[in-house]
Amino acid sequence: MGRKLLLDKAHIENIRLYDVYRQHGGYRSVEKALKSMSPDQVTEEVKKSGLRGRGGAGFPTGMKWSFLAKPEGIPRYLVVNADESEPGTFKDRYLMESIPHLLIEGMITASFALGSRTSFIYIRGEYAWIVDILEQAIAEAKHNGWLGKNILGSGFDCEIYVQRGAGAYICGEETALLESLEGKRGNPRIKPPFPAVKGLWDCPTVVNNVETISAVVPIINEGGEEYAKIGMGKSTGTKLISACGNIRKPGVYEIDMTISVEDFIYSDEYCGGIANGKKLKACIPGGSSVPILPANLLLKTAKGETRLMNYESLSDGGFATGSMMGSGGFIVLDDSQCVVKHTYTLARFYRHESCGQCSPCREGTGWMEKILLNLENGKGKMSDIDLLWDIQRKIEGNTICPLGDAAAWPVAAAIRHFRDEFEWHVTNPEDAVRRNYGIGHYADPVHVPVG
Amino acid sequence: MAEDKKLFKVTIDNITIDVEPGTTILHAARQIGGDVTPPAMCYYSKLKGSGGKCRTCLVEVAAGSTADPRPMPKLVASCRTNVMDGMVVKNITSDRVLDARAGVVEFLLLNHPLDCPICDQAGECHLQDLSYEHGEEGTRFEFKKRTFEKEDIGPYIQLHMTRCILCYRCTYVADQLTDERVHGILDRGDHAEISTYISRAIDNDFSGNMIDVCPVGALTDKTFRFKNRVWFTKPVEAHRDCDKCCGKVTLWQRGDEVLRVTARKDEWGEVKSYEGKTGWICNTCRFDKKQVSDWVIEGPANVNRHSVISQGHYVGVQQPKETMPEVMGGRTPKLLMDIHEVSGVNRVDISALPGPATSKTFTKNEQ
Repeated sequence: MGRKLLLDKAHIENIRLYDVYRQHGGYRSVEKALKSMSPDQVTEEVKKSGLRGRGGAGFPTGMKWSFLAKPEGIPRYLVVNADESEPGTFKDRYLMESIPHLLIEGMITASFALGSRTSFIYIRGEYAWIVDILEQAIAEAKHNGWLGKNILGSGFDCEIYVQRGAGAYICGEETALLESLEGKRGNPRIKPPFPAVKGLWDCPTVVNNVETISAVVPIINEGGEEYAKIGMGKSTGTKLISACGNIRKPGVYEIDMTISVEDFIYSDEYCGGIANGKKLKACIPGGSSVPILPANLLLKTAKGETRLMNYESLSDGGFATGSMMGSGGFIVLDDSQCVVKHTYTLARFYRHESCGQCSPCREGTGWMEKILLNLENGKGKMSDIDLLWDIQRKIEGNTICPLGDAAAWPVAAAIRHFRDEFEWHVTNPEDAVRRNYGIGHYADPVHVPVG
Repeated sequence: MAEDKKLFKVTIDNITIDVEPGTTILHAARQIGGDVTPPAMCYYSKLKGSGGKCRTCLVEVAAGSTADPRPMPKLVASCRTNVMDGMVVKNITSDRVLDARAGVVEFLLLNHPLDCPICDQAGECHLQDLSYEHGEEGTRFEFKKRTFEKEDIGPYIQLHMTRCILCYRCTYVADQLTDERVHGILDRGDHAEISTYISRAIDNDFSGNMIDVCPVGALTDKTFRFKNRVWFTKPVEAHRDCDKCCGKVTLWQRGDEVLRVTARKDEWGEVKSYEGKTGWICNTCRFDKKQVSDWVIEGPANVNRHSVISQGHYVGVQQPKETMPEVMGGRTPKLLMDIHEVSGVNRVDISALPGPATSKTFTKNEQ
């Protein structure tokens, strides 16, 4: 049984309310930080903890904070990215819904470390009811003196505002988020300059994920070194995984990054195995943008080692035989699922969500969607598979923001690992619309080096 | 010597040049000129914030700088990346760049209608040049292209959204040149479009410059639409005293008729600058002054001799060999329909005219 740091109190009744949260040790980290630590000490603790960004890229948070430019006389901002729109990822939603004060507490501590007197939560528009929950939590915090002027007599002022997005996936990209927060069209900016130098209203800004900021609370409470003892290697602390798909127990789980993928899927503590007695076919371990893995490569790496649920192990083997931790959206596919249809669904999503600013992504995503729809409906050609490969190759790395990569990777991985299923769709057009290809040879735990 | 500003040494395709710090790779390459200059569809040096979107100017940075000679992992947009001292850039010497660029050209042409035969921009279209130089023959796109209704934005400009490549240049013109922002991008992805909100007219003295910055035929001059092909017209530089703009223009003439007025453009297709100020022209000069007498003629404009515009002289042209009778065994094809009878345009024997044909020649009032 792994330790829980973020969700350990989530089951307590009315933890959403300030009084209950405070009774269970809430806001201790703010007290500790503001009364006994300097901002640099807080940053140092976060650095020691080895906390990595939980939004997808996995960049070390302490490092990100120390990159923040600190010129005199210019305000700095902390922006929390709650624009959780990745298909398969819903961990932040659960966190904010069940224990909103944890985020607020983390934000106050982080704002103190960064010197941000005005901090923002940019939340996706579809999470309309969570805005109310957060605003209630902010009001309660303010009423009890954790926000506002001169918090705890430390001389530090801080205000938190919630801003709703209007339903665009692209606004989860940090610079598009800042544009949108400024009231403009949410197009990603061209980097450099990075937000740490010129972010919100051209001021130095740190953009962090909800889970990252929430993790600051246990780090300050227990100390960075204690936090770093949990987990292994460079994957320290705990991670929220939102598991969904064909599993017995979908939901949000907090894991300590030492358990194996096999345990996570099959143990009763977590996903409880594949639903309806079916077999595991494939899995997207980190949200829709990361490469899909067939069962054999998911449970064991190409070298035959057991694959663990952490940053290093999931990306072991690069994109040829590995995937990514991503944002922790764990999507499991059983043998009744069609990978071509699944890839088409993702392509349709990325086509719809491309901002249309740079040409490879704008045009390429639409093209891929059309080809995949043909393949799915049994109208494809053998050459379409190579064409898809060529299109994704020309999108990847050539766009302004990572959405182009995110659109290209799922298609590339699906072709890389499930090419025979694509070919079956071409050679058996009538079967393709009536039934699924099934499991193929992917579930065999034999390691197949794939190039 | 110590007072000299330190110049950055940058090598592009094995040609080394010293440039001022803060210069972008694209500008350094433009200083060298020729083939090493990456093409640019969305970047416009006179419009702040433009660039980075079309991805045609992607280059490979083989060494970041003398201090940090690591290569950059991704291709970078040369229009928005500043040079560093000792930077080594590969443009046409890099296969990666050429491959990516061919991809970008293919993407740009995916939804472009390729209606060049009826497009007013043909002959001075950047997309035409780009696809000619970097594109592949044929297309792999087998689907219906995206189409839009034509839209009039204001009395002088027609928007042909189907042709647009979403370079955002015109929105920067609206933002930076005109007082009121009246148009922008609606929607997103491949269904994004440039438009005024609820078809509002663009009514501003400098709105016509959108036509000049548009790299394709998406924004066209309604006073020139279908009047003539650009390569049949003769560009002449002229000026007039204008209280709104610099008054320095290019007249596009056919005989004595002024068919079109545009701002003067440099070799990169951008509006020229005079004494540090960009030579944007106002709508009065562009749309209302269509008489030769309105202008002081300076002389013929310089046109790149590779441009189709400089090919528009029909002296000593040889009649192409007629192959039809040969194919048909000596017979000539029988016309089932004479286009002149259907089109309503009067028949003119062009070779019998004393000078070049103009739009007046084709008016039907002589009968």
